[in-house]
Order: sequence, then C-alpha cells, then structure tokens
Amino acid sequence: MAAAGGPPSAPRGLTGRGFKPRPAGNGVGAGTVMEPRTLSGTGRPSWGLLLARGHGPLGFSSSSQLLPPENTDPQRIAFLLRKQWTLYSVTPLYRFSNAHLKNYSRLLSAFIAAERQKGWAVEVGVELDIKVAVSSLPDLKGSDQDHAAILVELFSRSPASQKTSEEKLIWSGWFCCVCGDDFFENVPEDFTCLPLFLTNGAESYTAIVGSWFQKTFDCCFHRLAISPLNLSWMAAMWTGCKVDKTASAMELIFSVPGLLQPLDISYAIHPEDAKALWDTVQKTPGEITQEEVDIFMDCLYSHFHRHFKIRLSAAKLVKISTAIASAHCDGIIKFLQSQYLIGVLKLLTELAISQIQ
Amino acid sequence: MSVLRPFDKLPALNSAILLLVGSDEGLQQKLAEAMLREKKSFRINIRIATSLPLPSEGDHLRPRIDLIAFMIDIKSKYSLRNVEASLAYVDASFFLGKVCFLVTGVGRLNCCSVEMSAIWKLREVYSSPVLFCELELEGIRVATAQRLLRMLEICAGLIPGVSALYFGSLMSRSANF
Repeated sequence: MAAAGGPPSAPRGLTGRGFKPRPAGNGVGAGTVMEPRTLSGTGRPSWGLLLARGHGPLGFSSSSQLLPPENTDPQRIAFLLRKQWTLYSVTPLYRFSNAHLKNYSRLLSAFIAAERQKGWAVEVGVELDIKVAVSSLPDLKGSDQDHAAILVELFSRSPASQKTSEEKLIWSGWFCCVCGDDFFENVPEDFTCLPLFLTNGAESYTAIVGSWFQKTFDCCFHRLAISPLNLSWMAAMWTGCKVDKTASAMELIFSVPGLLQPLDISYAIHPEDAKALWDTVQKTPGEITQEEVDIFMDCLYSHFHRHFKIRLSAAKLVKISTAIASAHCDGIIKFLQSQYLIGVLKLLTELAISQIQ
Repeated sequence: MSVLRPFDKLPALNSAILLLVGSDEGLQQKLAEAMLREKKSFRINIRIATSLPLPSEGDHLRPRIDLIAFMIDIKSKYSLRNVEASLAYVDASFFLGKVCFLVTGVGRLNCCSVEMSAIWKLREVYSSPVLFCELELEGIRVATAQRLLRMLEICAGLIPGVSALYFGSLMSRSANF
C-alpha cells in the first residue's frame, strides 16, 4: 500500500522531487482514494503483512509475537524516552555508509547554512549558528542483520553564548530498523534499510534535514499514520506486558465522528483491571491473534456502553496510552519504558515497511 | 422477530425494491438520492433501515424486497457488528444472489477500524458479493449507485435471461481470481 494512496509504482527512493512528507491522509480528496480493485482483486488485504499476522483465507488464524523484555543498556537510550516522536517511513537509502558519518554532519550543516542564505528562516530575527551531529546508535537493533540506528542532532549556538560554547539541542531525529530482515527481502547491495524515521523538534528542521537525505541518498519520506486497528493491537499487546513500577492508567481516547464540533471521549482503565481482562482473553501466552484483540476491545466497549450508553465501537480510536508507550493515530509516539523500546520499535518498523512496500 | 423472505409476496409490475441496511443514515440517504437521480427504465423504491429485524406491524404494507445491501463503514467497527447482528433476520434463500455488502471508506485505510479479514469472512460465509466504495466522494457515489441499480435490475428479474443466482455466482467466481 502506498502512503495515502500515492503512486504505488514509484521506484523505491528514485524520485527526485522536493521533500514533501505526505499528510496522513485523513481528508477526503480524490488523491486519497484507493482503487477498489486493489482490495477486491487480491483476495487478501494488501496490508496483511502488518504485525506479522498473515491471514488465512478467513483470518484469525495466525499470531503475532508478544514483546519480549530486551537487554539494552537503559542509560544510553534514556534520552529517547518520554519525548514525543513524529513517525515517518523512509525508503531504503542509496549508498549510505556508516564510515562517513562525520562527513555527513559536515555536509548537512553546510546544506543548512546554504538554505538559510536562500532565505529560509526558522526563527526570524535570531541569528543562530547551527551545528549538526550525525552519530550511530548501536544499541537499537533487533538482530545482527539490522543496520545500526542513525541519530541526527541539531544544536544551536547563539552568538551571545558562543564564548561559553553552550550548545542547545533544538532538533533530533533518528533512523532505525529493528528486525527489518524479516520483512525486507532482496534489497540491492547498495541500499541501506532504515525504514523508520522519528523526529522531535520544529517541522521546518525536519523538512530541511529530510530534503538533504532525499537528495543525498535518493530516498523518500512519508508520514506514518497508525490506523485505529493497529492502535487497538498496541493497546492489547502493551496491556499484557509486565511493568515493575506502579503503572499509570491505561487510557484510550476516541473521537466521535459526524459532529459539528469535535468531541473526544477519554476512557481510562486501571492497569491491573486491564491486565486481568487481557489474561482471561489471551489463550496462548506469547501469541496474540486478531480474534483475541477483538474480544478484548469489545469487552471494554460493552463495559462502557453499560455505564454510559455510548457505543465506542462507532467512534474512532485516536490515541492510546499505556505504561509501555503512548501512540496517536497521526503517527506520534512516546516511549515510556526502556526495556520495551526495542519491541515497540519492531512493531513500528513493521508498519513503516508495510507502508513503503 | 420477523425474518425477511424474498418470495413470500408478489412482485409489482416493472418496479424494483432495494433495502439499505446500515448504521450511518446520512450516507444511506446520499446513496439513495444518487440512485434516484440516475436514468432508468423501471420504477425503484429504496427503503432504509438502520438494522434488522424490520418492525412487524408494517409487514403487510411492505412490498417484496428484491435486493438487500448491507453497508459497512470501514471506519466504524459498530457498523460491522450491526450488520453481523442484522444478518440473522434474513432468510437463507435471500443469499441466493439477493444480498450484497457495500464497504465504504475504502480510501482511508489510515482510519481503518475494521479488520479486512472480517469482511472476507462475511463474503465467504454468506456467499454474497462485496462492493468497495467511498460514498463520501461524489464521483464514486454515482458509480456505486449505477452498479447497485444494475444489480437491482437483475435481482428484480427485469433483465431477461439473467437471474439473481446466476449473477451472484458470476460475481463470486470473479472475486476468486
């Protein structure tokens, strides 16, 4: 499936257009309509790959793995936690090399300086000197085949504080791939697969960094939205995960369609209650099926209906927060637990890959 | 608790009756209007219901129904549950070509709340065709209206030589390839 119904036939990353992350496709426009043939012709959904639950002819037959707690050094990835990251999917990078990271940071800072000469301004009136650091994050890997994650950071040095050499982080973004080899096959030799790109900071910086990567490595960026269906998967999966500390409440936020004024409904559940419910639903530990996720969500919906006479199943699930992470359907995620970071990234890598394929 | 039967009433001359079942009345209304605007050689009568069973007190006034279209909005899981519950009130002989599933919202998979395999399952279990559309877009709504109208014409027996059952099996065979 192409992101938001864009031309699916565009060769991977070989487009030379300007950087323009596509919107998540919430609006109704002629461009967002998928040909009905694509769906009805194949006999199975084009996004059946999602979450590694390939469907049998009638679905409900396969499973997805539960997130295992990972042994990554919590110190080194702590800066990724408790921040809002905006998600993008990226097509494979052409001729990217880990050996040239220093060079890349030099080139990227020169590019940013050149763009500013052309009149691009993020903060008008403030003359900022921007320093770029590109580094590798070897901890963020699911398997040995995965490419190490790449971190891009922009620091500002205002002229006043230059003497003290005080640097302020103004934007950060990282490319990663966790267990991507399960889904990516036959990638040509010169290409590097880092399908997931997460950014934190002003969007104008994202645009400029993205356009440099697009020009340099011939790749293509798209916003990665998370459908309500995948959000309910995440809610169920993360409910079942063990967390050491007293966990915060699980919260589901719904938006009610068809109203003149936007109306959001927030539904908070005590984590232990949610876990107890999930434990009664889940049949095989370590495996989740679509059917189990459906039952879990239907139980929560019918409980809500009993009390408030509102059918949440008719509303759109827009955001979930659990002790593990919180995710918004527009493609915004916040990681909360370092031990589950790799597991969550694996899921997001899968979503990103299914979007670019 | 009345079950809808396809053949317990006599047909009216040169007319066809469609029953739209779905939880979003606004979309049903729009689709019905689009169908009425189309040029056709027979009279049509479109009935709209949010769910089945239909109230039994109006039974004697209701004409014979030629085609039932169940509408599922891909953005609302409730619409699927509603259709699943309504299907119990349809007589088995209706599924010999006189039922179809209309899946709307297909253009926005990012807002998808319904697992596609659930829809394939409906198609298999009830051996009825699935039509995909986006009723919120004018052009696709008109095209869907035309498709439904043509199906309705066949189901009402207004096209010589083509029966609903023949057409239904033709549709299901093409969907397998």
